Order: sequence, then C-alpha cells, then structure tokens
Amino acid sequence: MTRYELTQFAGVRRLLTSRWPQLGIQLLLLSGLILVILAGLLGSPVGNRNFAIVMVWIAWWGVLMLVAVPFLGRLWCSVCPLPLPGEWLQRGAILGPRGRGLGRQLRWPRIFRNLWGQNGAFVLVALFSLPVLTQPQWTAILLAGLVLLGIAVSLVYERRSFCRYLCPVGGFIGLYAQAAPVEVRVRDADLCASHKIKTCYTGSTAGYGCPWMVYPGSLTTNTYCGTCMECLRTCPHDNVVVNLRPAGADLNIGRGRGLDEAFKVLLLLGSGLAYAAVLLGPWNAPRAAAAAVGTTPWLVYAAGFLLFVVVLVPGLVALAVRLGLRLSRARLSLAQALRAISPAFVPLGLAAWMAFSLSFVLANLSYVPPVLSDPLNLGWNLLGTAAMAWSPYGAGLFPWLPVAVLVAGLAWTSRRAREIAGELGGGVRLAFPLWVVSFVITIGLLWALVG
Amino acid sequence: MSSSRPVRRILVLGFLALLGTAVLVLPSPRPTAPSRARTIRMEARSFEYLPAVVSVGRGDLVTLELVALDVVHGAHIDGYGVELTADPGQTARTTFVADRPGIFRIRCSVPCGPLHPFMSGTLRVDPSDTMLRAAGLALLAVAAGAFLAARPGGGMAQRSAPIVRS
Repeated sequence: MTRYELTQFAGVRRLLTSRWPQLGIQLLLLSGLILVILAGLLGSPVGNRNFAIVMVWIAWWGVLMLVAVPFLGRLWCSVCPLPLPGEWLQRGAILGPRGRGLGRQLRWPRIFRNLWGQNGAFVLVALFSLPVLTQPQWTAILLAGLVLLGIAVSLVYERRSFCRYLCPVGGFIGLYAQAAPVEVRVRDADLCASHKIKTCYTGSTAGYGCPWMVYPGSLTTNTYCGTCMECLRTCPHDNVVVNLRPAGADLNIGRGRGLDEAFKVLLLLGSGLAYAAVLLGPWNAPRAAAAAVGTTPWLVYAAGFLLFVVVLVPGLVALAVRLGLRLSRARLSLAQALRAISPAFVPLGLAAWMAFSLSFVLANLSYVPPVLSDPLNLGWNLLGTAAMAWSPYGAGLFPWLPVAVLVAGLAWTSRRAREIAGELGGGVRLAFPLWVVSFVITIGLLWALVG
Repeated sequence: MSSSRPVRRILVLGFLALLGTAVLVLPSPRPTAPSRARTIRMEARSFEYLPAVVSVGRGDLVTLELVALDVVHGAHIDGYGVELTADPGQTARTTFVADRPGIFRIRCSVPCGPLHPFMSGTLRVDPSDTMLRAAGLALLAVAAGAFLAARPGGGMAQRSAPIVRS
C-alpha cells in the first residue's frame, strides 16, 4: 500500500524531533486549560457565555472531531495538556531526559492492560455528559479531576499509563485515529529487529523510551501510538518515520485485536447514536432527564443509556455476526469473528460522531468570538467581539451535510465488511447481515439527526 | 485484473452515482396539497417547543406565532433564515412563504438556560422526502461499498495480515 514519507524532508524531521515547537504548543494549551478551569469555576454560569463550555465543547470538540482525528489521527495526544503536570513530575523534567523524577514507576497491573478501563471511563463520563456539556462548573471539575488523576497515576505507574489505559478521550481518539491518513511507523522492521538496544523503548540521552509503552518496530495501527515523536528522537538510525498513507489503512489490519477493542468500536457507535437522539432530537424529556443527575428520571435515563450502548447495539451487531457465521458456515467462534469484523464499523462510528458534531458545532460556533473577548466574564472586550450576536453558520448545508457524512461512512463500512467477510472465508453470506445492521444503525442516525 | 474490469467498475459506479443523483433531485411523487394560509402557534418553554414538530405544505403562507411561557426564547429556522424572539408571556409573530420542501431545524436563538444549545424543534414542509431520500442514498452507499470491496484473492486479501489469531 502506498506511503509517502513526510520525514524524508530534513525540515519536517527537525520540526518533529525538536522539543521546542511541541513544548510551545503544550504550554499554550496548558495555559488554555488553566483558563478553562478558572472560567468554569468563576465565570458566568450561562454555558453559552462561559469560556469553558464554549472553548471546550464547541471550539475544541469541533476541531478535534471534524479535523484533528479524521485527518491527523492522534496528533492531539502529542500536545494534550491533561497529562503534562503528571508527566513532568514523573520525569522531573520538562524538556529532555535529565534530572530525577518522582514516582514509583510501577508497571500497570497486568489484568488492566487493555481497553476495558478506557471503555468504563468513557461510559462513566457519558452518563454525566449533559451537565458536563452545559454547566461550566461540571466541565471545570471534570478537567481538573482528569489532571489530578493523571498526576496520581503518573506518580505511581510508569510512563503514560493514564493516557494508555484510563483516559476516556484518548481511547476515543485512538480508535478513530485508525481512519486517519497519517501514521508513525518504522521504515525497515528488519533494522529494528537487529538493533539490540531498542532505544525507542528504553530511551536514551536523546529522548524518553516510548511513553505509550509501544515498541515501534511492531506498531501496526494508530490505536496505541500517541504520536509524541519520542521514538523519532531516540532512534539512532532515523528508522522511525511519519507517513502519509491511504485513509483507514489500519482497518485492513486484522491481527492483534482483542474483544476490548471490538467492544469499544460498538460502544462508541452506539453512543454516537444515543447522543444524536438525546441531544439533537426534538424531545425534551430525555434531555431533561439526562441533565437532572441524581433524580429518578436520571436513573431511568442512565439505565436506558447503559442498556442501549452496552447491551443493545453490541448485541445487535453480535447477532448479525452470528447470523452471518451460520449462513456462511465460516469456521470461527463468535468472539473470533467479532474481533476480526469490528474494525469495519469504525468508519460508520467516526461518521456518526462527525455528523453529530457538525449538527451542533456549526450552529453554535458564533459563541466563540464573544468568550474570546471576555473569557472570565469581567466585562472585557479584548478583541472587540464581546457583543457579537449568535448566528448559526452553515445553516444552508443542513440536513444534507450530515447525511453526506453518514452515507460516506456507511459506504466505507460496507466495503470493509465485505472485504473482511471475504478474508474470513464467509463471503457475501457473512457480509449480508453486517450490511443490514449497518444500514439499520445508519437509518437510526439519520432519523435522529434529520428525521 | 483483466482490462474489462476497470471499465465495468467505472460503469457500475457511474450508474450508482446516477441513481444517487436521481434520489436527490427527482421531484416527489407525492401529491402537493393546494397552498393556503396557515397560522401555527408554537409554545416555547425551557427547553422545548410545543409542538416539537410543525408540518406545513409547500407554498403555504405561514404565520408563526411564538409564545414564550417562562423566559425569553427565540426561534431560528435553518434554511429559511426566519428569526423571531418572544418575551416571557408574550407572543411574537412572523410570516413567510414555505417555498422549500424538506425538514428544517428550528433552534432557540436566545440563551435561555443550561440546555439552550440543544433546544430545537422541526419544521417539516411537505411533501418532505428528506428521510426517504436519505435512506435511498444509504441503500446506494451499501451497494457501492459492497461493489468497491477488494475481491477475495485480490488486493485486500494480499495486503492484510492473517486476520484471526491462531
């Protein structure tokens, strides 16, 4: 499959291996995070006027879902400010490897070395998502809590255990980064195999061993690579490269996927559908219930949400896979087939989240300039935009823009489902139920977004 | 790959694209009711419109009455650019010609509380086939995806590593 190596250009390699540009962006984003937390705690309680809500859930979320993840993969993780305080304390340094860090550097418990922790963290945050999305204090508390958790984990466990095993956003980004047209990979795997010291994993004076606990020589998907560029710094042979590649190349990799990853695919697909229906549907009752945390309606909502995303959607897909296995007489267990087939649903899941995000980000984007002018609601007008009125952007593009995104995602999922079914020896008979279930889920999404 | 395969591929994809265009642009087979003047009363309260879905016919002269029941609410109709604001207990009115069939989101245009960004309703201008057309496109997407899939023994199967761990 065609790759175009971006790091063949000395300027690009210098830019990516120098710590200063990355640190500059990290410091900028960390300052923004501190401002977000302050604004969330001290600013206006009105979400649309609060810097925390507008900058996190409209500006950041919009950029993340519509640009960063689909086109740049996990690049966000390389500058994310959430784990930085913990990482700096752990390393005892902000730039290169020097000094002695704090912490015990324990290995993450073996039983939790999978995505189940991230799946659980995502569900937990999702249950409280409406107050988090709309009430500044909830956003501030969530973000501060994630920073503190990151510090605590970094002081006990090695490297970026928090990002790898716990961060709910990291799991989300990692899954959909597989669809991105960029990757960090090794140029020559044989060279890695013959390199005895493995400085990419152990570290050297030039940089740290992979913070994500990944050996680049065996890296096949973007899921676990945080694109921190440490391996580009520590490889003495310049054998680690950044490539442009066909979008979704990782989805062609069937090896090494576990049930935790398969479940994540379906959990996030179901969540996209649930969010679209609850947040963007015309019915207020589920929204009100989702916002009233701790009340009986919220408990009913939480139970319904869990049932839908944890049981119904994964169960529906499992049923389709089982039916396909029976029709095709492919000799696989259900678990084997689910692990192999789940990547096919990544494009539809990504499309669901993009269509959902398009539907509220563009409409609310005009809240950004006023909060930039007055981030702490102190009556400032720094950019002269404090009084800018709300105006929905791109209203003429609806409903067909989200429809186009969903249809493209469905086409991609259908294609990949057919290919995987062929690779498993099940052919069209295995693919057919997968097409049906993808179509049904898409209809659900269309109904929620434009129906 | 034989030389006829790319041609067949282009022909099939071209046919699907043609079908997709037809699904999008062909006029609705549903009869259009004669246009008339309508007055729609819509109540707004935190954080919903009642009724949540408003249906009118294409060409209708629609007078929309927005009644705010609790705090100030607004209504912006995507695609029509119609906008009005109602003070608590007051009724705001606007009149427009519903000349574009389809489904359009109505959004509250005045910050009215924590769930304001998600306060929305729907204007349905019949004959509205938005959902039907979208479903048609989805069906074609499945067909296109299935057709575009690499053939067994062809590119994808060779590119990919063994898919099931032994």
